Amino acid sequence: MSVSTPTDIAQVKERNRALIQEVLEVYPAKAAKRRAKHLNVSEEGKSDCGVKSNIKSIPGVMTIRGCAYAGSKGVVWGPIKDMIHISHGPVGCGQYSWAARRNYYIGTTGIDTFVTMQFTSDFQEKDIVFGGDKKLAKIMDEIEMLFPLNKGITVQSECPIGLIGDDIEAVSKSKSKEYGGKTIVPVRCEGFRGVSQSLGHHIANDAVRDWVFDKVGDKEPSFEPSPYDVAIIGDYNIGGDAWSSRILLEEMGLRVIAQWSGDGSIAELEATPKAKLNVLHCYRSMNYISRHMEEKYGIPWVEYNFFGPSKIEESLRKIASYFDESIQENAEKVIARYRALTDAVIAKYKPRLEGKTVMLYVGGLRPRHVIGAYEDLGMEVVGTGYEFGHNDDYQRTAQHYVKDGTLIYDDVTGYEFEKFVDKIQPDLVGSGIKEKYVFQKMGVPFRQMHSWDYSGPYHGYDGFAIFARDMDMAINSPVWSMAPTPWKAGESDTMAIAAE
Amino acid sequence: MSLRQIAFYGKGGIGKSTTSQNTLAALADLGQRILIVGCDPKADSTRLMLHAKAQDTILSLAAEAGSVEDLELEDVMKIGYKDIRCVESGGPEPGVGCAGRGVITSINFLEENGAYEDIDYVSYDVLGDVVCGGFAMPIRENKAQEIYIVMSGEMMAMYAANNISKGILKYANSGGVRLGGLICNERQTDKELELAENLAAKLGTSLIHFVPRDNIVQHAELRRMTVIEYAPESNQAAEYRNLAQKIHNNSGNGIIPTPITMDELEDMLMEHGIMKAVDESQVGLTAADLAV
Repeated sequence: MSVSTPTDIAQVKERNRALIQEVLEVYPAKAAKRRAKHLNVSEEGKSDCGVKSNIKSIPGVMTIRGCAYAGSKGVVWGPIKDMIHISHGPVGCGQYSWAARRNYYIGTTGIDTFVTMQFTSDFQEKDIVFGGDKKLAKIMDEIEMLFPLNKGITVQSECPIGLIGDDIEAVSKSKSKEYGGKTIVPVRCEGFRGVSQSLGHHIANDAVRDWVFDKVGDKEPSFEPSPYDVAIIGDYNIGGDAWSSRILLEEMGLRVIAQWSGDGSIAELEATPKAKLNVLHCYRSMNYISRHMEEKYGIPWVEYNFFGPSKIEESLRKIASYFDESIQENAEKVIARYRALTDAVIAKYKPRLEGKTVMLYVGGLRPRHVIGAYEDLGMEVVGTGYEFGHNDDYQRTAQHYVKDGTLIYDDVTGYEFEKFVDKIQPDLVGSGIKEKYVFQKMGVPFRQMHSWDYSGPYHGYDGFAIFARDMDMAINSPVWSMAPTPWKAGESDTMAIAAE
Repeated sequence: MSLRQIAFYGKGGIGKSTTSQNTLAALADLGQRILIVGCDPKADSTRLMLHAKAQDTILSLAAEAGSVEDLELEDVMKIGYKDIRCVESGGPEPGVGCAGRGVITSINFLEENGAYEDIDYVSYDVLGDVVCGGFAMPIRENKAQEIYIVMSGEMMAMYAANNISKGILKYANSGGVRLGGLICNERQTDKELELAENLAAKLGTSLIHFVPRDNIVQHAELRRMTVIEYAPESNQAAEYRNLAQKIHNNSGNGIIPTPITMDELEDMLMEHGIMKAVDESQVGLTAADLAV
């Protein structure tokens, strides 16, 4: 069953195509036809990866996707630390998404910041039958009483809200008025909307536009603007990512006036329309609001990538190009200052990781963004795919990141992913917690690439050192030499081990 | 005799609650033990039995108490004319919440608390249109077995009757619900009896009874009484007794309906001269256009 390691690109492509055919064979004809559109092999020079995306998952497969509520509450709004986010509806959605992402923040939890707390309206049968508006109003009153230092409230709609037609907008408006104009944001992110968490990001972005920006209007900023004001957009500060990014921008002489939304605050959201440049990390989840700010306030935005020194250097120069020569000079200085650190990291880990292969399957930006960091360590990404990417993600992936012949799998199913890894036998798989133990039990080293496996940060130069250490730790752990690997051992050995 | 579970459906305002309460009162006179389950948020399915404006509903009491689990059967069940047991599901005010879920909650509560013990009939009175799954609850498995559709000779009432038949058909094979028959509540439209009989035949059922129009029903209703109680010797009371007896004898005669298409329904009206054939060239033209 083992596939001999192919040596040239043509062989790789042939093997990958055969693999796709093999996984499709087990599906019923109709399902196979639909899944076939999401699997492909990247071709040099093509504008995208040749896969369909952002399409409803097929019933019966194990998809790894989330829902619109997850996209709004879990990703975009949840990290805004000084607001209280109500999971509006029955208790489960709030309970099971409680503190699920490692959005680090500074503050005194329960006093002026609330990220790791869970607020829910805990719908009962009577709330469904009679509507939940009164309960929502009461919860807001309780929040005002118990947490007087909160700077605002968001209402994150769970599925039933959309079904029973609750008027959360009216409640939000009247309570906002009652509390002297406090920002209260109703978000229509019912889980049944859309095909994945992606629509939830969009809805959440639109809620910022309609309920934060429009409310602030043309008010003068509460700070003195400078020509070097930038906002970090689409960094959720997983394990401190935004902090290790922010220092680089600041060392360049830029002033970071907002973080969206890791360790972010409502004041930062309100200040952002005064920025000179929006620097966008997670394009998928926050391109919408960046485009809006460009259109409405004339703020340019630039995508960047702070994974691994090659991409960091490229990104620092790209960001600096929007400013004057002093900033550009500073960018070079920053790059030079950290070169010793990156050289040392590479000198230590590259010999241990050179030639190792990786297969990824993650969300927003990471299926492409982390490829450079692996390549800096001499590793090669041989397969990648997005949970909820759109075609513009696959275009960026094809044009700037993947090598010719990379296996591409959109909205991969549990079965497909297992089969691909089993046949390709990469040295590392990077995906989420649901996948972790499946692959570790197969004897394949694994890193969680959503939560950084409780490590991090991975962004910036500081993050790269941790990233390199973690990948080495996963791949070169002595534990793997103790676990017999059935595909390497002879058939009889495996049976003998099984018999014990 | 085993429990008969029946339900009255029909277009809003057709007289379901009046017809059902008069018929059930007559059934009570026949010595039947009856439970009425009102499944309309307006909660007006039992007023003639209780001489009350409105009964406390299961859902409003549950909302007060905290949840439906906090209620006892005695809290929600009132005893009316001839010991008829009355409950109202109730529901939210118009425009909020989910009344359909309310019906489901109420019926589950009644079943779990033994409301259906020691009775001969349970009757569900359901609001006009089966707008969602909740209002179809009474015709699902182990609920109403016979549906009586109250209708008249008006086009929209017949249209509703046909739609309700579609709902019955949907659940007929999984739950065993059957169409018991049509009850025509006279509106004095043209050729009403003929039309009602014809529609019944098309649906594969029969017109159980043609209830004539009589102002005495109004007089009784103003006093929050059924005609059976208000004027037991009247002709109208005899009509309801007649209907009650027919329903009582109709056990096991329900059928799976054969609903017709909108076109067939219009054809039927044209056959009887109620509707003229539409000149397709005139569709969408205003009176002013046509005058030219």
